[in-house]
Amino acid sequence: MNLILHIWRQRNANEKGRMVRYEVRDVNQEMSFLEMLDVLNEDLIAKGEDPVAFDHDCREGICGMCGIMISGVAHGPLPATTTCQLHMRHFKDGDELYLEPWRARAFPVIKDLVVDRSAFDRVIAAGGYISVSAGSAPEANSVPVPKEAAERSMDAAQCIGCGACVAMCPNAAAALFVGAKIAHLGTLPQGQPERYHRAIAMVAQASAEGFGSCTNIGECEAVCPKEIKLEVIAQMNRDFLKAKWAGR
Amino acid sequence: MELSAKVPSGPIENRWDKHRFEMKLVNPANKRKYNVIVVGSGLAGGSAAATLGELGYNVQCFCFQDSPRRAHSIAAQGGINAAKNYQNDGDSIYRLFYDTVKGGDFRSRESNVYRLAQISVNIIDQCVAQGVPFAREYGGLLENRSFGGAQVSRTFYARGQTGQQLLLGAYQALERQIAGGQVRMFPRHEMLELVVIDGKARGIVTRDLISGKIESYVADAVVLATGGYGNVFYLSTNAKGCNVTAIWRAHKKGALFANPCFTQIHPTCIPVTGDYQSKLTLMSESLRNDGRIWVPLKKDDKRPPNQIPKEDRDYFLERKYPSFGNLVPRDVASRNAKAVCDEGRGVGESGYGVYLDFHDAIERLGKDVIKERYGNLFDMYQRITDENPYEVPMRIYPASHYTMGGLWVDYNLMTTIPGLYAIGEANFSDHGANRLGASALMQGLADGYFILPYTIGDYLATNKFEKVDTSHAAFREAETQVACQIKRFLEMKGTRSVDSFHRELGKLVWEYCGMSRSAEGLKYALGRIPELREQFWREVKVLGTGEELNQSLEKAGRVGDFFELAELMCLDALDRNESCGGHFREEYQTPEGEAQRDDERYSYAAAWQFKGVGEPPVLHKEPLEFEYVHPSQRSYK
Repeated sequence: MNLILHIWRQRNANEKGRMVRYEVRDVNQEMSFLEMLDVLNEDLIAKGEDPVAFDHDCREGICGMCGIMISGVAHGPLPATTTCQLHMRHFKDGDELYLEPWRARAFPVIKDLVVDRSAFDRVIAAGGYISVSAGSAPEANSVPVPKEAAERSMDAAQCIGCGACVAMCPNAAAALFVGAKIAHLGTLPQGQPERYHRAIAMVAQASAEGFGSCTNIGECEAVCPKEIKLEVIAQMNRDFLKAKWAGR
Repeated sequence: MELSAKVPSGPIENRWDKHRFEMKLVNPANKRKYNVIVVGSGLAGGSAAATLGELGYNVQCFCFQDSPRRAHSIAAQGGINAAKNYQNDGDSIYRLFYDTVKGGDFRSRESNVYRLAQISVNIIDQCVAQGVPFAREYGGLLENRSFGGAQVSRTFYARGQTGQQLLLGAYQALERQIAGGQVRMFPRHEMLELVVIDGKARGIVTRDLISGKIESYVADAVVLATGGYGNVFYLSTNAKGCNVTAIWRAHKKGALFANPCFTQIHPTCIPVTGDYQSKLTLMSESLRNDGRIWVPLKKDDKRPPNQIPKEDRDYFLERKYPSFGNLVPRDVASRNAKAVCDEGRGVGESGYGVYLDFHDAIERLGKDVIKERYGNLFDMYQRITDENPYEVPMRIYPASHYTMGGLWVDYNLMTTIPGLYAIGEANFSDHGANRLGASALMQGLADGYFILPYTIGDYLATNKFEKVDTSHAAFREAETQVACQIKRFLEMKGTRSVDSFHRELGKLVWEYCGMSRSAEGLKYALGRIPELREQFWREVKVLGTGEELNQSLEKAGRVGDFFELAELMCLDALDRNESCGGHFREEYQTPEGEAQRDDERYSYAAAWQFKGVGEPPVLHKEPLEFEYVHPSQRSYK
């Protein structure tokens, strides 16, 4: 199949970017989306043109490093799928696609489709952990965790930190990301002692990073490759409000 | 050079305790006066950096990804072993130790393995306390499953994303230390040189991958936790960025490289579909618990799998190994899959695939149970292949997955360069010639949380450190070296892309130093690799500049190192005239086609010393003694 791609090209954080049109020929439908871009890049290199920079690493949908806005949808048209796991069989001959980086004030563009997501790390550093130094843990089975709680916690813990939720949100809010960590840790007995402090600290940091506020639109849930549910935002709001009322 | 493993004496179960007592301690108030560099932020590096921070050291941690949470440990699916014996099925520290030494085909260091088994139980405690959502029974206690090569259920897991959850635990501990100021994190920084001053590792030179700036960092000790070198094969289950550069450049500065030919080929990966393929995807080996592996009995049977009746199928692992069946260790499963495909009985378009069939398990347990156990893996398979494994058997084929070889380390995890440590997959010590499933996560975290933080203290407490800064000649020289290499790539104006060279090298190494090796093939590869390497250094094409994000430039440096490593791998494989674990030499097999070890001549770790590119390296041997687990031919029949 042949495709027309319009790709955001931007040399670095300071220069202005623009969309550039490329034609990609003979795309095999078994290829992944990133493999299709590899082929384009090999062509560009052969022609002496600068290849398109994009972030990627594991290419099996778990590291969270890849992420491209494909014709206005974060990670493209397939639900519950990262860009690296999207295959070309979901496109057809003659398709015209628009490839852009994640757009959000808190995710400045570094080059082409590569953005800086270090804001996410700082949000975790603000309180997305349980304070337990190596060596101080009690025997693992001394605290039973109801299976249901473990499962709910795991549902939230699956977040890969790719940033699609932010990119898709009209407010560029990080509520799904923050909520996922708050729900992951706050659902477990081990996470209780710091539960309310965590909510306050992480929400405050997200706001300081320039992420917007959640207005319950739900675009984040729709594009989340790990199918994190909006419930986690409700849990974040509950924990945050409880903490505020308690005057923490 | 005399290799001293510094293994403590006495009964094996007391050695680590005794050693911990004998090691010197750094006074708590003095810890903040020491700087430690940790390169890599996966299970080993992330846990080490966090733990050293907790202890009060000043830590600088580096990774090439945009965040420490991306390290490839995150992709480990199946689980982590620990000798908790929660299932009351006869497990013990000794049994985990025994299984690991035997599984490694008697090429690992007994004392290290015993310590690993001892520490395994603490790891689970630690991870549970951090909030790792392991699978639970209805009563709220931890659930276990059995895993490749083991007859007890000792594997802890979090769905099919155990590596992810353990890594996030370590990452969160690390972020806590970053917030507290004990650890400074340098993401998107790649280590390109090790700096050795007065015989001690004193720092590194990195390239900031965004600005291209070459920078020096000083420390009192350097820890390399940079993972394995499986991407030498180009196609592997590793992440695209995984590379050998950090440990290879340390090797070139004097750290011995042990058992490079011990690479693990994982039996259950999705087969290759075309030339554009950029990586191979692993399907967790936990699938072998319920899936049955088979191929058609006759050659060229092209019927769809569901139309091939039972009597025309060959469940070759169950047939050859009745007691372990589909759960034989990875090397055995991989070789047998290759053998049936080489006979012309492989499945799929390329003929390089075998079926992994869940039909019987679904009939026995119901679709819901299978879905609960493997749902996400089945989804992933379907996404990639467009086939529904609940209805048609999966097609799988072996792929490069893990490298047991790595920098040689002593019992303290220190390399042959004082003050330079290697932990996790980057070292060689614990898995011998073959790693058992669910043991990589265990080793990474054992090294990072519970071993290195003690042993590094002993080194810091017993050594004097001259004050040095980045103006020291050794730093200047290392920076110049890095800058020169970058300049050389950019000025080459060649004709071939980095990837095209990497692909060609990978094919060559896979063909001649992959699942099975022969003296003839290895000699051919040893002739061909230097030719290709020279061509690479003449004709590689890298566009752009060094002062920007330049992904081709990053790759070029890594592939340059893979060329040199590939040669050493083949040399090591040629030198080891026996078959053991993942190293299968066609000339050395039993009449039944199993690996034939030669304990008389090869019961040693082969540690190679670098002498220059294209120069023959020097072999040093660490003899391996087996006081507890006596070498026998592994039998899984």
